[in-house]
Amino acid sequence: MTETERHDFDVVVIGAGGAGLRAAIEARELGARTALVCKSLLGKAHTVMAEGGVAAALGNVWPEDNWEVHFRDTMRGGKMLNNWRMAELHALESPDRVLELEEWGALFDRTPDGRILQRDFGGHRYARLAHVGDRTGLEMIRTLQHRAVSLGIDVFMECKVIRLLQDGAGAVNGAVGFWRETGRFVTFGAKAVVLATGGIGKVWKFTSNSWESTGDGIGLALWAGADLIDMEAVQFHPTGMVWPPSARGLLVTEGVRGDGGVLKNQDGKRFMFDYISPFFAAETADTIEEGDQWYDNKKDFRRPPELLPRDEVARAINSEVKAGRGSPHGGVYLDIASRRSADEIRRRLPSMYHQFKQLADVDITTTPMEVGPTCHYAMGGVRVEADTEATTVAGLYAAGEVAGGMHGSNRLGGNSLSDLIVFGRRAGLAAAERALGIPGSSEVSEAQVADVTRHATSYFDNEGTENAYAVHHDLQETMQDLVGIIRVEGELLEAKDKLAELDQRAAKCAVEGNISFNPGWHLALDLESMLAVAHCTTLSAIERRESRGGHTRQDYPGFSSAFENVNMVTRFTGGKYEVAQEPKPQMPSELAKLFDEEAH
Amino acid sequence: MAIDTGATTSSPPAPLSEAPQQDLVMRLWRGDASGGRFVDYRVPPQEGEVVLDVVHRIQAAQAPDLAVRWNCKAGKCGSCSAEINGRPRLMCMTRMSTLPAGEPITISPMRAFPIIRDLVTDVSYNFEVAKQIPAFKPGPKGPDGVYRMAQVDIDRGQEFHKCIECFLCQNVCHVIRDHEENKPKYAGPRFFVRLAELEMHPLDTLDRREYIREEMGIGYCNITKCCTEVCPEDIHITDNAIIPLKERVVDASYDPIAWIGRKITRRPAPLPASEAWKLTGAAHAQPGPARPPAGADPAGPGETRLGTGA
Repeated sequence: MTETERHDFDVVVIGAGGAGLRAAIEARELGARTALVCKSLLGKAHTVMAEGGVAAALGNVWPEDNWEVHFRDTMRGGKMLNNWRMAELHALESPDRVLELEEWGALFDRTPDGRILQRDFGGHRYARLAHVGDRTGLEMIRTLQHRAVSLGIDVFMECKVIRLLQDGAGAVNGAVGFWRETGRFVTFGAKAVVLATGGIGKVWKFTSNSWESTGDGIGLALWAGADLIDMEAVQFHPTGMVWPPSARGLLVTEGVRGDGGVLKNQDGKRFMFDYISPFFAAETADTIEEGDQWYDNKKDFRRPPELLPRDEVARAINSEVKAGRGSPHGGVYLDIASRRSADEIRRRLPSMYHQFKQLADVDITTTPMEVGPTCHYAMGGVRVEADTEATTVAGLYAAGEVAGGMHGSNRLGGNSLSDLIVFGRRAGLAAAERALGIPGSSEVSEAQVADVTRHATSYFDNEGTENAYAVHHDLQETMQDLVGIIRVEGELLEAKDKLAELDQRAAKCAVEGNISFNPGWHLALDLESMLAVAHCTTLSAIERRESRGGHTRQDYPGFSSAFENVNMVTRFTGGKYEVAQEPKPQMPSELAKLFDEEAH
Repeated sequence: MAIDTGATTSSPPAPLSEAPQQDLVMRLWRGDASGGRFVDYRVPPQEGEVVLDVVHRIQAAQAPDLAVRWNCKAGKCGSCSAEINGRPRLMCMTRMSTLPAGEPITISPMRAFPIIRDLVTDVSYNFEVAKQIPAFKPGPKGPDGVYRMAQVDIDRGQEFHKCIECFLCQNVCHVIRDHEENKPKYAGPRFFVRLAELEMHPLDTLDRREYIREEMGIGYCNITKCCTEVCPEDIHITDNAIIPLKERVVDASYDPIAWIGRKITRRPAPLPASEAWKLTGAAHAQPGPARPPAGADPAGPGETRLGTGA
């Protein structure tokens, strides 16, 4: 058996983006011995790429804003599939979490009276996003990183967790990973484990997500017997770069539209006015004149349709391109050059200016950007209990993008960064409380550890020519083509078959070279969780025979009452993926009343 | 197909001139702490690529175990730092079209850090320095329970917060680039930026000046601006962070009025936020000492001295 390094902690947090950092900080502050394990260097997680801002009803710019409005916007944005309690907690607590970041050193942009400035984003009734230019995620991760370092939290950098360990009763009591640098295995004993592993974007070909977004936590939870929900709900962000090819998928922040940018087709037409769905008609401007006045007067005018929730805008762009009205590289135009001064664009959107200048040689202060949908965010994920982020497996918690429920079938921009800090904190708190109530240290099963390390190193013993990069490439093509933004049963069934073939190929991947910092081996292991994501997404997508939010079925357009109160639950039992429809939690009447009123 | 050229100095494998779709020759450093060499890889060019794309294509088709760090591929995470044709840059933000055509493109790992494997270096030194930085310590909130800061007072701090921790500035800093022995007593440009952001933070109450001089070794920097030149975020590291820090440290150490003031008050009153950093500017850009000034400890006995490993 391969010898492993051994550590014991109360709480082990897997993932060091916003949610993981916030969970670790909370657990540490409560006195739990806490480890933070991340597969990149500290401070490089995908949170760093978040641009536009963090949504919180601070009411600094619009005093009319409050948690109830934020709650309502979030639920409507998610097409009511959200876990109502998570949406409520999120709206209630995000202002405190944002102000807390300021106490830890964050420097948000300011209002003239010195408070935190807030910007407009799609689906939010009021300017609500606290931000730092267009690099809010960097500010957040650095602030949390400094805080975590100052608390002396043990950080295991470039350490990838492969499997969770469980006691005889099934409770999670540890994890096995390896140091990427040396390949040496590490066993963590833990009384509670928090999954904060982020997203799944690398399963698709065109994605805004970073290298890390391989759904590791989805796999870990699934293999430990936890439930996933609503995996079909995948957000394709409407505005990713489409050119040059190597930059395809890179995010263009919604802040461009929040700050006045508009979408045009090749004829120069603001086509979004043709795509206002009845669900949002009451709150959306139907003329250019009204939309343009909204930026300065939100009380008397309705917001322009460019700021509809992301699923609506992504579908509209997709339709324009399909109808042959797209830009030369298969996108549409996002124009801020004709709408705002060059100085203002450079000041408000410095990263975007930089990104287009450097990667596409386009000056966004003079030239419209070419943009198109890109895989951005998983609304679905590990099923959690709203108040504690406890999964359906004892000792296991999940927070941030890896958890499902908060965003329903579509996430509003800005609600992710706030999700991370609201539920990261709650997960850290619940995990620490559990861990501190269990005496002694956890007894992990050496046999389980040996099974995991034997499996992980088996790729070095495989013979043949199967290569993890090729399997990954084919997986991305399959999901992009067959389980993309618009879905249809025949293609989904075809995807299911192809995934079964890819499972076989992935198991045969042969790894060259030695075990020290070997990306071919790392990818072979990442493929295990990516395939789990692909299977669950495809099964859920087949089962949800309606279109809702980030799940659009060409063969079942529109909402279906049969599915409006249903979560798609996926599990991995007896070596097989299973899907089941289960009722979603029902909102209490006092909250339901918020939706009876007129849309303002 | 990999062509092992054996050494850095070997001539390019073949003249690359006539054919329009001539293969690129990527000369990558392969090896680990025990040694290594440059290996040439030939790949067909593709439109609009950055260096990292080509490295990925080599990894996928020719060298699956090629070690390279990367995350976002968008210039936001600072993971893919390397030396491209000898120049420290982010691989994800270096377009192939900006490099000389028809010549091999050399990619080597950052030189200031020990090699782990191929293009991946051990940057743990930076994370160790980060642990020593005395944390942000805000003063009390305003009467309405919130902090107020004017945008003008945080503009400079926001410039520093742009840092993506690519460590290219650390890599080119001559104090440590070829002087491993200086690392234990020198924080490097990245952390002078970090210290400057804390010192200039309108809400912060801690005085780190003595610590910056004694423990962080700011005197070693002699303002050659190499760090500023390579910063992918265009942070004016030397002018806006290091020089003002040096001035602050010098003021704290040698200004007789400040010294008496400290004796009387034990601790200098924090400057009002809007006044604190108006000193910054070219007029104050004087070369600092090449070594930390020797001599008596100018800190008053009543001052809290911040040690390392806090």
